[in-house]
Amino acid sequence: MKKEGRIHRDHWYSGITEAFQMYIPGNRIYQTMPAKRARIGTLFILPFIIGFILFMVRPLIESFSMSLCEVKLQAGAGYTKTWNNFANYNYALKVDANFNQYLLDEAGRMAINVVATLVMSFVIAVILNQDFKGRTFCRVIFFLPVILSSGVLPGIESSNEFFNLMSDVSKAATEESGVNLSASLQSLLSVSGVASDVFDVIFQMIDSIYDIVMASGIQIIVLLSGLQSISPSLYEAADVEGCSGWEAFWKITFPMVSPLLLVNCIYTIIDFFMKNDNRVIECINETMYGMNAKKMDFGAASAMSWLYFAVALVFIGIGAFIITRAVKSYE
Amino acid sequence: MSKNNTVYIGNNKSFKERNRRSGGYLLKRKIASVCISVFRGLLMFGLCFMIIQPMLTRFSMSFMTEPDLYDSTIVLLPRHVTLENYKIVADLTGFPTSMLNTLWLSLVMAVCQIVSTTLVAYGFARFDFPLKKFWFACVIALIIIPPQTISTSLYMTFSKFDIFGIFTLLTGSPLNLRSSVWPYVMMCLTCMGLKDGLYIFMLRQYFKSVPESLEEAAYVDGCGTMHTFVKIMLPDALPTIASCFLFSFVWQWTDLFYSRNFLTGYQTYAVQMSTMASRMGRYFSKDKTQSVVVPNGRQLQLISIAVLICCIPLIVLYCFTQRTFVESLTMTGSKE
Repeated sequence: MKKEGRIHRDHWYSGITEAFQMYIPGNRIYQTMPAKRARIGTLFILPFIIGFILFMVRPLIESFSMSLCEVKLQAGAGYTKTWNNFANYNYALKVDANFNQYLLDEAGRMAINVVATLVMSFVIAVILNQDFKGRTFCRVIFFLPVILSSGVLPGIESSNEFFNLMSDVSKAATEESGVNLSASLQSLLSVSGVASDVFDVIFQMIDSIYDIVMASGIQIIVLLSGLQSISPSLYEAADVEGCSGWEAFWKITFPMVSPLLLVNCIYTIIDFFMKNDNRVIECINETMYGMNAKKMDFGAASAMSWLYFAVALVFIGIGAFIITRAVKSYE
Repeated sequence: MSKNNTVYIGNNKSFKERNRRSGGYLLKRKIASVCISVFRGLLMFGLCFMIIQPMLTRFSMSFMTEPDLYDSTIVLLPRHVTLENYKIVADLTGFPTSMLNTLWLSLVMAVCQIVSTTLVAYGFARFDFPLKKFWFACVIALIIIPPQTISTSLYMTFSKFDIFGIFTLLTGSPLNLRSSVWPYVMMCLTCMGLKDGLYIFMLRQYFKSVPESLEEAAYVDGCGTMHTFVKIMLPDALPTIASCFLFSFVWQWTDLFYSRNFLTGYQTYAVQMSTMASRMGRYFSKDKTQSVVVPNGRQLQLISIAVLICCIPLIVLYCFTQRTFVESLTMTGSKE
């Protein structure tokens, strides 16, 4: 790193005070062209600024303060808040019977799912980027999950309790008759004494491959766009130098799209956290609108969603850390 | 022309001869490529089938009568074909009305979202202004923050809506916007709607990839900023904008969270579908006053049909627009 890099500034204006002078008419730099463009630019993003302050920052502060207070609803739509010394967090973590466990379960499930989705979407994107017969058709099919796994659709059938019951029964039936290939393979492997914990995770992934493919629609699109932006001349040069396809994959394809893995990782984590069939979300909704003992407890519900968000942030942080390290090592 | 002039070395020789000359390399290469394409074909077929199969099952199940459901000899083809199920589902979900509601709401919201996000994305891609990095970090935060975190307080905000006390001054009390469409329209116009952060991100990525010289040429020729944006940038960006629009439309169509929280006055199809199971008991009883227990297999069948009805318009739309989806999105690449 050279020293010039440090004093280099991204902006043409020299500091924060000068930055705001361009908004004040009659000022020294008000009339300059960059100042004019800066004002127009600010105008362009003004909707976002207004929206972010009104409908994001304000509710966020509100919701955070609610999570720290006891919220009492009043007639009409008002409510009062009284500070209650982290009682809501205490309730969420220690009193509520399910929240704790759901949070851990979902976090564990997510860790596995994120890795599986990343690998799966990468493999599919690489294949869809190759030239073969019926490629267009395959692309059309693989983007269908974007529609089929959106909004209310994925959760609606599994939220039906009977469906779970029925799928359990059918699973048991196939296991008995030995048709379930992965289960029999698993029992075979566990008999032969291969480390069973690792295989449990892998078989869990294989069994949930449908969910994984359904969750990786956008990720495939993102990666495919990355793959298409790699110049073909790179591969040509590698081929001329005697590089095999395998080497070209690891030396060209992977480093070129690895920044997108970070985008994908974050997107997958968020997507997983906001899914409808997520039990933590159900638990929060139950606390907020549900029929249980602590009905309409907005304070506890906010505390729960903040805890949930904190867990999501931790995961995003870990994912970002690992991936940026992995990407750096390739440079 | 060129085809006739090109002469490959050994073009007229048999495969065997060419293989012998290459020292077995040609055969190895051929076998490898056949193996790869067979493996790829199998994998693609399996995965494609897996994606489509549930829809096919739903489709065939939708024509079955109730006894057919429990008949274990029937897998795909129903023995007694019936259309009655569709009528029941239509009644349960309030079909024409709820679907029309969903249609116009999705259209309005998608238009609002895309107009605002396009403007904001262009602002981020092309202008340099104070705190730009900070505001872009806010866009990222917008993608990351789950809307569940703020839903409660947003709900409160809109039930007592007021901007800096203006309405209280004018009418004496804050507005109650709870069951109207305006809160959500406002949110969409200010980029706070469903997944708006993602659209800003995608569109900005596209605008950044357009060469700046195009705009400079327009400026030199005396085009104003707005004029340049509308005449030069927008026409080229149309495919990307269209795909963002389609995303927004589709996600709005199936959205439950925002519709349930902010559009309570309108019965959208997704909300109707999610509460459908609870209305079945009453629907199937004789005089519609008591509730009967509906067998669970039947419940599942009816919900599946509702899902099918929800998906069919989207799939038809997708079939017509898949070129826009696939081609333009794969062109949105991250060209830094």
